[in-house]
Amino acid sequence: MPIDIPKDNWPGTVRTVTIGASAADGGTRTSTITVGGEKNLPFLHFETKAPNRPVVAIEIKDHRPEDWSSLLLEAWGEDVNDPVKWVTAAEAAGADLIQLSLSLTDKDGKPTTPESAVKTVKDVLAATGLPLIVFGPGQAEVDNNLLVAVAEATKGERLVLGIAEDKNYRTIIATAMANGHLVNARSPMDVNLAKQLNILISDMGMPLDRVLMDPTTGALGYGIEYGFSAMERLRQAALQGDAMTQLPMLVTPGFEAWKTKEAKVNTGVPAAWGDWLERSINWETLTAMTLIEAGADIVVLRHAESVRRVKSAIADLMAAAYTLA
Amino acid sequence: MALTGIQIYKLLPQTNCKECGYPTCLAFAMKLSAKQVELSACPYVTPEAKTQLAESAAPPIRLVALKSDGYEAKAGNEVVLFRHEKTFYNKPGLFIRIYDSQPAETIKALVTEANAYAVNYVGMDLTVDGFAVASSSGDPNAFTTAVQAVRSASKRPVILMTRDVAVARAGVKALQAETPLIYGADAKNWEGFADLAKESKAALGIIAGSLAEMAELTDKIKAKGVEDLVIDPGGRDLGAGLAIGTTVRRLAIKKNFRALGFPVITFPGEVGDPGLEAVHAAQAITKYAGFIVLDHFNPSTIYPLLVLRQNIYTDPQKPIQVQPGIYEINAPKPEDPVLVTTNFSITYFSVANEVEGSGLPAWLLVTDAEGMSVLTAWAAGKFDAERIAKAVKGFNVADKVSRKRIVLPGHVAVLSGELEGELPDWEIRVGPREAVDLPAFMKHAL
Repeated sequence: MPIDIPKDNWPGTVRTVTIGASAADGGTRTSTITVGGEKNLPFLHFETKAPNRPVVAIEIKDHRPEDWSSLLLEAWGEDVNDPVKWVTAAEAAGADLIQLSLSLTDKDGKPTTPESAVKTVKDVLAATGLPLIVFGPGQAEVDNNLLVAVAEATKGERLVLGIAEDKNYRTIIATAMANGHLVNARSPMDVNLAKQLNILISDMGMPLDRVLMDPTTGALGYGIEYGFSAMERLRQAALQGDAMTQLPMLVTPGFEAWKTKEAKVNTGVPAAWGDWLERSINWETLTAMTLIEAGADIVVLRHAESVRRVKSAIADLMAAAYTLA
Repeated sequence: MALTGIQIYKLLPQTNCKECGYPTCLAFAMKLSAKQVELSACPYVTPEAKTQLAESAAPPIRLVALKSDGYEAKAGNEVVLFRHEKTFYNKPGLFIRIYDSQPAETIKALVTEANAYAVNYVGMDLTVDGFAVASSSGDPNAFTTAVQAVRSASKRPVILMTRDVAVARAGVKALQAETPLIYGADAKNWEGFADLAKESKAALGIIAGSLAEMAELTDKIKAKGVEDLVIDPGGRDLGAGLAIGTTVRRLAIKKNFRALGFPVITFPGEVGDPGLEAVHAAQAITKYAGFIVLDHFNPSTIYPLLVLRQNIYTDPQKPIQVQPGIYEINAPKPEDPVLVTTNFSITYFSVANEVEGSGLPAWLLVTDAEGMSVLTAWAAGKFDAERIAKAVKGFNVADKVSRKRIVLPGHVAVLSGELEGELPDWEIRVGPREAVDLPAFMKHAL
């Protein structure tokens, strides 16, 4: 007797967001990224085929990041000393797009200036045709200074600028609006705070199809389940028709997993932790995978092997090569 | 999902005899569906109706427990599709597979290592749940030897994997007084396997190529009196696995579809690539698996999977917390530093483990932040200067130390001014944002 397969039918749709602008659209990108558009829960193609697959960004920095795990510095080798070489290597490793994270100081310890930030961004844009995300160092005043300069200098490229939070979103939103860019809007693993921030951003006149929702990522073992559940709830709210949650989601497993003790330290750790490199890759990969199951549209990673595994998993999840009966 | 009043009414005698104390059978049915009366109040309900009513009150997914000497691995009894709706209850068992084609010494060595494996996470020791013994030879004697090799090195529950009932029988015989999982029955061999499972009181795993075929098989096997079933409806790649796992869970929870209301067993190792095995296992943990059989035992993979399982199966309503108070790390003396943090378990253990591992002595003041991390508690107003000062006074920290100096977590540096106001005779210092940077901070900055 055939089984009646339950299929969800949702009234809402996640907005479609496009990152990067090709020459035809006023930019210089040779590829663009489109995410979102989901009409149902992740990868359940037997209900509706997802229109866009999740994408993988590789994070690079503006100069050698001395505070990164030595495993990452080893993996990327000499390329970490030059963002131009690094972005080329990242593209070769299979990145769908690139995240450039600006540092507070340059390699000599002096504060990063808007001019040097602009130069780095332009050098990176010249070295790759992939779409670009630019994150500030994570301090409100500095972020505003650097990102405004970057936004103005790259008008039309449709970068993603990050991060905009409830404490400091106005300047970043304003410059993104004026210069045709997108923003990454971050809220602390809370459905209502995510909505609230999106409302504030929308009230400024920013079109929501240029906004990514970042619910804050907790690494495996360090809060992952909070982010996971916030994301499941946000995606379901979107599918139920709540316009203020109908945004694609960006998460940063690379940043979170590689700052854990598991990834940074190998002396004086329990034998039960096993091989340092493999556990670090697992830390990043399993954080990413879990959040992809919750609806992550963009995952930002740091290690090329994690990129390989996650892209393979995404291809598998998108293949839809089965029949349910 | 319980039956509605109307559905229950259809199973009652419908005579309105009033002997249950209610004016009509419908009234009685409504009370029964609200669990405000017992079925036994009706003297005329038929045995068939009794069975049906009992079944509908049973949990949507059967609880299947594998038991051995001192151990249990159980799955089932889940009630939601998403953990935030309530919680997930029974963590999926993690089993390591060995083959009877491997030499007994190899099997013993692997099982010994995996059996002893334990990793500490927020004060809990996490371990694997048991072993799957797979017949690759088809020979009952080789299978017996392999099962015995496993048993000589571990008492944890066992999954016996073969489609040949003679081999299965030999495996069962090699075990004493326990409840293994016999995997398994299929469309061709189900009768012999059902008999074996019934005799040996074992749980039975069933393999089928489609959900419809599986539903048919479980019905047939249940009719033979074997109810502790575990199902393998296929789906070895991520896409199919997710669709199948989701559909099985939906049918159980939303439709009370009994024929597929059983824990699911998955085999992440069959993807072949050990790196992807962990990714497949992560999907299984996150999306509804009841038993997970791995083909590789590597601490660097088992540790993150055990942690992921712990995280996903944590009750969202009960964040893990430690008791607020003043903790002594590495036998501190009065001149040693005072650090302050919140009572969320992950936060506490991150800080405590770092300091402990450094060998440096410290007093760790843990405030009652209702189980929230430093940043979350601060954002929610549960970790501020007033509360920290209250904890300092409430736990008599000043009596224990000779130097009144307290180190704030770096993420709440903004509190230092206010805290100076609350604790005027204390020196307020701002520590690093991340626990991993504490030892260096304590060595160089204090």
